[in-house]
Amino acid sequence: MANINLLVNGELHSLEPVPGETLSTLLRQRLRLTGTKIGCDEAECASCTVLVDGEPVVSCVYPAERADGRSVVTIEGLAQREHEDTKLHPLQEAFVEHGAVQCGFCIPGQIMTAYALLQQNPNPDSADVRFALKDTLCRCAGYPAIENAILAAAQALRTGEPVPKPRIPDSIHAHKSVGHSYTRHDGVDKVIGTAMYTDDLVFDGMLYARVRRAMIPHGFLTKLDISKAKALPGVAAVLTAEDIPGEHKHGLVIYDWPVMVGIGERARYVGDAIAIVAAETQEIAEQAAALIEAEFDLQPVITNPVQARQEGVPQIHEKGNLLKHIKVRKGDMEKGFAEADVILEHTFHTPTYDHAFIEPECSIGVPTPEGRMEIYVGSQIPYQDRTQVARAMGWPEERIRIVGQLMGGGFGGKEDVMGQIHVAMLANATQRPVKLLFDRHESLLVHPKRHATQIHVKIGAKKDGRIVACETELYGDTGAYASLGEKVMTRATTHSAGPYDIEHVRADCYAMYTNNPPAGAFRGFGVTQSAFAVESMMDMLAERLGIEPVELRRKNALHVGSVTNTGQLLRESVGLTECIDRVDAKMREQTPHPFEPVIDPAHPSLVRAWGFAGAYKNTGLGGGAPDISNAEVELYDNGTFEVRSSSAEMGQGLVTVMRLTVAEEMAVAPEQVKVLVMDTDLTPNGGPTTASRQTYVTGNASRYAAKTLRDAITATMAEKYDVRPEQIRFENGIVHVNGHSLTYAEVAKEMKSLGQRPRALYEYEAPRTQPLGTGGDMHFAFSFGVQAAEVEVNKLTGEVRVLKVISANDVGMAVNPLGLQGQVEGGVMMGLGNALTEEFIMENGYVVTDRLARYRIPGIMLTPEITSIIVEHPTAEGPYGAKGVGEICSIPTTPAITNAIYNAVGVRIDKLPVDQELIAQELWEREAE
Amino acid sequence: MNLWQEYLRPTNLSQALQAFAEAPGPILPIAGGTDLLLDLEQGRHAPVHTLLDVTSIEELNRLEVRGGELFIGAAVPVNRIVLDPLVRAHAEALTEACALIAGPQVRNVASLGGNVAHALPAADGTIALLALNAQAEVASPSGICRVPLKDLFVGPGKSSLKHGEELFVGFYLPLSTPHQASCFKRIMRPQGVALPIINLAISLERTEDLISQIRIAVGPGGPTPWRGTDAEKTLTDKPLNMETVDDAVEALLAQVGFRSSPRRASADYRRRIVTGLLKDVLETAWKRAEQE
Repeated sequence: MANINLLVNGELHSLEPVPGETLSTLLRQRLRLTGTKIGCDEAECASCTVLVDGEPVVSCVYPAERADGRSVVTIEGLAQREHEDTKLHPLQEAFVEHGAVQCGFCIPGQIMTAYALLQQNPNPDSADVRFALKDTLCRCAGYPAIENAILAAAQALRTGEPVPKPRIPDSIHAHKSVGHSYTRHDGVDKVIGTAMYTDDLVFDGMLYARVRRAMIPHGFLTKLDISKAKALPGVAAVLTAEDIPGEHKHGLVIYDWPVMVGIGERARYVGDAIAIVAAETQEIAEQAAALIEAEFDLQPVITNPVQARQEGVPQIHEKGNLLKHIKVRKGDMEKGFAEADVILEHTFHTPTYDHAFIEPECSIGVPTPEGRMEIYVGSQIPYQDRTQVARAMGWPEERIRIVGQLMGGGFGGKEDVMGQIHVAMLANATQRPVKLLFDRHESLLVHPKRHATQIHVKIGAKKDGRIVACETELYGDTGAYASLGEKVMTRATTHSAGPYDIEHVRADCYAMYTNNPPAGAFRGFGVTQSAFAVESMMDMLAERLGIEPVELRRKNALHVGSVTNTGQLLRESVGLTECIDRVDAKMREQTPHPFEPVIDPAHPSLVRAWGFAGAYKNTGLGGGAPDISNAEVELYDNGTFEVRSSSAEMGQGLVTVMRLTVAEEMAVAPEQVKVLVMDTDLTPNGGPTTASRQTYVTGNASRYAAKTLRDAITATMAEKYDVRPEQIRFENGIVHVNGHSLTYAEVAKEMKSLGQRPRALYEYEAPRTQPLGTGGDMHFAFSFGVQAAEVEVNKLTGEVRVLKVISANDVGMAVNPLGLQGQVEGGVMMGLGNALTEEFIMENGYVVTDRLARYRIPGIMLTPEITSIIVEHPTAEGPYGAKGVGEICSIPTTPAITNAIYNAVGVRIDKLPVDQELIAQELWEREAE
Repeated sequence: MNLWQEYLRPTNLSQALQAFAEAPGPILPIAGGTDLLLDLEQGRHAPVHTLLDVTSIEELNRLEVRGGELFIGAAVPVNRIVLDPLVRAHAEALTEACALIAGPQVRNVASLGGNVAHALPAADGTIALLALNAQAEVASPSGICRVPLKDLFVGPGKSSLKHGEELFVGFYLPLSTPHQASCFKRIMRPQGVALPIINLAISLERTEDLISQIRIAVGPGGPTPWRGTDAEKTLTDKPLNMETVDDAVEALLAQVGFRSSPRRASADYRRRIVTGLLKDVLETAWKRAEQE
């Protein structure tokens, strides 16, 4: 067969055709142009977009042979090399400057699509940009920044002027470095396609792995025959449960999740592993996995948490189906409800959701000559991975090194071990590197989801609007294994009465095992669900009482001096009322009566209205868990610094926070500070990247490590120059010692000459917290958020469009306003998806939404106009006053939208996602009456 | 498990037909492949040995006025159709339908031939073609023939095209005369359902204040792409007013075979919302015909 001759980024290649090869595979694997990313491999996400003869195409379904005779441009082809320097294309520059790059995984697809647009239309408007990027998905959901970046680049290209910068206000508590907008350290690599994610790595002699999964929701494995798979040429190893050298179960808190299910053992969900294969190629590995024969003694399937708690149903785990009964008790319910003039009750349902990070899970195990195992993986908790792999291998932890890679999004979905143990086993058995890449199908089936819940709320209030009692009962579907289920549902429970000061509160939650995929951490950590319930209830109560929704919230809002449901006195940093006031004011700038329906005169079936919701969310682990992060700061000979911590950068911007923090403390420019994260050999333990905790704990660890180093420098210089420590000043990268001005390079030299290593490790422990039920401080800080959403409902069809969202978040202090903006906008979009587009569907334990095409995450077309208001009530212990933001900015969106739907057409949404058919139905029924 | 063993790129029709005859195993034509490759990969389509890439056949890439008709090659990328002024002038419903298909990265390779060959009862391109009275040109070893679009469908996802023998060459659409116009709209749900709840296309001719000719296509009005012929009859030679529209709605509802599709829409919902959609599309086409 004739060769494929194609021009790639101007270079001619002549390659032998490979049957079944797509253009994306040719580019990534044969030409090693790994800037083209594979997010779904099913023509849904468009991360793989390249230009063929000037037109953008999805390369994952483009047969390589069709590219013969054509010219292909990839992300690597846009920037110009001028000697050593890379001259960015204005689009690339604008994406970095505008903060459009977060995790970066979708960015090559976004930029290539935008590039094609600008080639054809140099002067696009917002609608043109949205039409072009319609199906190019971004899960960090930086759509507003992406749109602004493209418009800015277009302007620069038309006028020849520099790319206009975004205008984002600094923090009101800004210092020299912290509090000012700063672009990402990895932004440039991400826009030119050189940023390496795990699947972009290749090792000599590397094998490819595939996991054979149970694919049945519940049953005992009775037979497992791997002989055919083993006999297949090219297969290097087939391992089963019998081959697990150490502990057979893993888990984040509770070790209940089998590394592989063995013969006679119970498979509890479709994604349970029963065998693992390593082979010379991906295709052979897949073929071998398919050749494995398994038989199960099928068991009845538990499909939901309410059923799981019924008497007489099958028990999935030895200790039963109840993972945890979580209780919140405050005051006296009988007394509370007796005092109430109005009592309302309602039950709400939320479905399971998937994180749908665009980068699927990937792990590579690499055995070292010294007998250790390196694992390359994008993980939110590298040290936990190490522990879990070591346990399963029966090795001391030090024999494992987790080398964290850039992550194409996490959102809580990369906290549990996925392929890490499997690649360690296969790499150890074969003594060769082994890569295990999940395809989208496997990712959807296997990793833990957001808990589906049923939440009953009973609320009592006085006529004047003061809420006197709130009782909730929650059921949470934690699926087949615990993961972080207990913690997640605890958060759902403690936050289930909303951010309100209520005297009598009771909550009971049943976190139940079922035969669904496990549920664990997902941005919002349970509070997303309970906020939907209680914030809907707040609007129902407001209506009943005849009080405006904003006023009802203002009246009951937590404030300094309030005691939370769990008995915690709030002593500082409660910006809820300011959030309420500022969103309210912004909303009323647009309309004096936001909650009244407005009919579109041109289209009388379209009705608009606003909705309002608030929330709070803890920063940090809380509940008595020691919350510790370690960071190390080192001064190098050339006068630059490095700060190190194992904490995870998944796109959210922690690295920039660490960089700004150290720059601040050492009085240098941020460019002088390098950051190293996620490596268990090279970076000290920063703990899990979860619970919106890293800005606070690793921010503080970095800050105190830098302070410690500064103190050491001060002490050394004071002694050497015989001055008092107070006479030593650090300014603009120079250390002033009583008339002498030393550069940091000179300082490093001096310290070394005195036998001192200029580095400092700091273990930061956040203020102690108390377990639930003991009173006192369950958390060391809370963030507060309020959102208002304007929706348009079509009364004939029930279709809902979100037009505008105003989001105010009390984040204590905005360390990097640019990064914060991206978090806030992305949070709104994820909340919008939670309300309108997403639902992870299972039928009798089988997954229906097993492709990205069936699990729809919001695209740019659904992006409303988002206004972000930053509220800064500093928390004394936080770094410069900062507390967490990653989750709070996503939580109030859903109830703000559903409350707006009610205000527009009078239909109360009590089950997510919003079903337009149900809205329409309710409206017809009402009309018929 | 490779999706194909052999990939052929014929440059003319006779090469393509010869490839059919000589293929050592199952052979399928492929244009964009945006549906086909996923169907193969996800096991919805029986494995093939040979893919016959029709995108290099010149005839299948033509888009032109030909002998008083508009010809759109079966392999013309959907995005070219969206941007083409001839299509907008003579078949605006098709422009609108194609513009709603996916994003540019898919539209740049996806084709009408693939859309029709897929034979889904609510494929956007297909519904527009049906209202526009398109005919398909089919090539087979016995020659080239024209087939009315409607005759191409035998059931949901089943086309009458003979596998490994026949190939779409293109589609012929009548040129639009003054006072003729068309329109396409659809109603979706935002959740993970790629297919519309309902799509609806109308092409009509207006003589003074009467509808002199009309075609209404509705997906999924039946197991195959569906025409609302009874509603068409009630409107023919009538003015457009509240009364005639109501009659048309009634006729359409009496004839249409809406079904409930799990997670997409109930039959009842479809029956209710088709009313507004029909009025909307009808009024738009009517206004356009006046402006012509």
